[in-house]
Amino acid sequence: MLELRRVHAYYGRSHVLYGVDLAAREGEVVCLLGRNGAGKTTTLKAVVGLVDVTGGEILYQGRSLAGLRTHEISRAGIGFVPEDRRIFSDLTVAENLEVGERPGGTWTRERVSRLFPRLRELAGRRGGSLSGGEQQMLTIARTLMTSPRLLLLDEPSEGLAPVVVRALAENIAALKGGGLTILLSEQNVRFARRLADRAYIIEKGQIKFEGPFARLDADPSLRRAYLSV
Amino acid sequence: MSPSLVLIQLLSGLAHAMVLFLIASGLSLIFGVTRIVNFAHGSFYMLAAYLTYTLAATLPLGAAAFYVAVLLAAASVGLTGLGVEVTLLRRVYRAPELYQLLLTFALVLVVADLVKLCWGSENLTGPAAPGLAGSVAIAGQLFPTYDLALIALGPLVAAGLWWLFYRTRWGVVIRAATQDREMVAVLGVDQARLFTSVFALGSFLAGLGGALQVPRQALTNVMDASIITEAFVVVVVGGMGSLPGALLAAVLIGVIDAFGVLVLPRASLVMTFVVMAVVLIVRPWGLLGGPPAPQRTAAAAVVTAGAVRLPRRWVAAVLAVLIAAPPLLPTFHVWVLVEILAFALFAASLQLLMGTGGMVSFGHAATFGLGAYGAALLVTWTKAPMLLAFAAAPLAAAAGAALYGYFCVRLSSIYFAMLTLAFAQIAFAIVHQWYDVTGGDNGLLGIWPAAWLAGPLAYYYLALAACGGGVALLARIGRAPFGLTLRAARDHARRAETVGINIRLHQWLAFVVAGFFGGLAGGAFVFLKGSVFPNLLAVPMSVEPLVMVLLGGVQAPAGAAVGAAIYKLLDTVATKYTEYWQLVLGAVLILLVLVFPRGVLGVLGDRRA
Repeated sequence: MLELRRVHAYYGRSHVLYGVDLAAREGEVVCLLGRNGAGKTTTLKAVVGLVDVTGGEILYQGRSLAGLRTHEISRAGIGFVPEDRRIFSDLTVAENLEVGERPGGTWTRERVSRLFPRLRELAGRRGGSLSGGEQQMLTIARTLMTSPRLLLLDEPSEGLAPVVVRALAENIAALKGGGLTILLSEQNVRFARRLADRAYIIEKGQIKFEGPFARLDADPSLRRAYLSV
Repeated sequence: MSPSLVLIQLLSGLAHAMVLFLIASGLSLIFGVTRIVNFAHGSFYMLAAYLTYTLAATLPLGAAAFYVAVLLAAASVGLTGLGVEVTLLRRVYRAPELYQLLLTFALVLVVADLVKLCWGSENLTGPAAPGLAGSVAIAGQLFPTYDLALIALGPLVAAGLWWLFYRTRWGVVIRAATQDREMVAVLGVDQARLFTSVFALGSFLAGLGGALQVPRQALTNVMDASIITEAFVVVVVGGMGSLPGALLAAVLIGVIDAFGVLVLPRASLVMTFVVMAVVLIVRPWGLLGGPPAPQRTAAAAVVTAGAVRLPRRWVAAVLAVLIAAPPLLPTFHVWVLVEILAFALFAASLQLLMGTGGMVSFGHAATFGLGAYGAALLVTWTKAPMLLAFAAAPLAAAAGAALYGYFCVRLSSIYFAMLTLAFAQIAFAIVHQWYDVTGGDNGLLGIWPAAWLAGPLAYYYLALAACGGGVALLARIGRAPFGLTLRAARDHARRAETVGINIRLHQWLAFVVAGFFGGLAGGAFVFLKGSVFPNLLAVPMSVEPLVMVLLGGVQAPAGAAVGAAIYKLLDTVATKYTEYWQLVLGAVLILLVLVFPRGVLGVLGDRRA
């Protein structure tokens, strides 16, 4: 579904990714683990064309994304949920969803409301007045409205209360159950393990590990080297 | 003032407010979504007015001709806006935002001369609106029927725009893009098409405003300049991107204008700017605006490396030429060089604010004018020796900058820019109206250098020492810890604060330093010309250094100096050979922006790196 081959990318003037290799198969949930500043967000942004990719290539359904602009990548079926949520705070919840809406798509307001019933109650509220957890739901729902086939989730659990994180995990598990391919970036290994089939570890812009969580658990030195703070 | 007169003034203020609202809402829309400060908005307004004039006279439609002409003119100006976006602005979206401003300024010049070419410089009186030509008696006074119709039309247009923005998907996307363009793209919206549609609608609104103005006032070649500042005032007072704010501010400004003319005719020029200054000091984001979302650019997260530093060899070579060449040049060329030197310093002082400090000033003319008038007033009223007056120029400007800068640095982005403009306009009005001291329109004459400095070469070397030294000092300041601190505050205000930087204090100091050197440039200029006039503080004098800085490259004072040289040479050559120098200058500026989208030095610097 998605394949990154030796991708180099810059964030502003700083070289952040040094030849990242990564792949996600159809229907799979893959997790990208790593510390702050390791290159998780930049990897996801490289896929949707929000940072300058200077080397390597990114393939989606076998076709290169090079030269496509962000909105074209979105229309090709890749949905990106940013880490800092970026709700349109002056717009109502319903209007936030409307921006993502795509006529004829597989996701409708009705279907999104079934996944996040809370959003139906909040429909007329301003986005800026929502709590952190509600905003996280809204930002995921908004991206779902674009009817993606591949969802990139950037640290969805960050800054949320444990009870909210648990609810969010259920939502994401439901999406996985629906057959959506998901690339998840996380620092929260416990959260990631519940959802992901496979993990990558990124450190200083390079992939240091790739494999199932069982192999990650079997080797404590990996955790110490790349994940513990 | 009788109650009936008050009522009539109020109504005529409201009629003007409705036209203002149309124009301002278009300007606000364009800025909100594309972040383009569209100076050409007033030109579109003027273009539509002239088009309406011609169409109404030529369309064989009888009484309907005028109304069809209004719609046709507005629509063709909307299409012109669309064309401009697609062919010109789109090419520079990846450049820093201010380069789009430079492009729109070039368009102002081009449109101004095209209008002059097509319709001449004489004032034209348009047709009356058929069916609305007469007057009605209101409280015993006659009031134009057409103005009443405008007052009725305004709320209708406002309701239509409200419906568009709040009840259609396009409007929802527009409002979303005003907050976070990148996120809108992530959700699959084509920004290029969005920008094009916004630019077309905004230009259409400007055109509609201009077309509807035709029965109310004579058409002149300068109607673009007068409306654009007023429209910016309305947008900023109302709050950028707020439609209800634009309506409220248009009514406020329109009514104040109408009464100002009556109550304080001498101060009418400046009333709106005083109101704007007060509003911005009390409410830093306008009446109904909110703080803008933080800019999301990759560069904003990283404090960039040191300023562009020219190789010493280049600097030495340029300096050698500047010292050695003048004795070989004809006198006229030496005087042109002095003027370039003054403007190089003037632009470089603005570069400290704009480039290093990230504070774009629309009122830098104030520093130049305060310096020039400071020196001239000393000479005129105290017969001070020339060198003393020369030295007083930067001090006068620095003192002025310290005073109004105190208020300005409390604001950011376009609000900062507009407050600097307000203070410059207030200074302009004082100089312009205070006949007893400043001589008003007549200016102050006979401000010549001391006898031993009066020759072209002697004065040239004085100017070179003052201005060249000033630019060098500014370059030094930009690289010093003070300059680094300013850059940190520019690139990430919150982080800079976290490490203990007093941002406002540093920005205020930068303001004072920029004022000092701007004043020095003004001092060098006044003794070159031997006279001083209020236009040294007028809007074009604020725009010129802005253009120079952008043209040369915003990264370093040297860029500003290069820009000043290019601009002044172009200006001198163009005015010498053609009456339509604005057309030539504008066309060359457009080309330069397309070829050097980050300024001449910026692009050359990138090539070397």
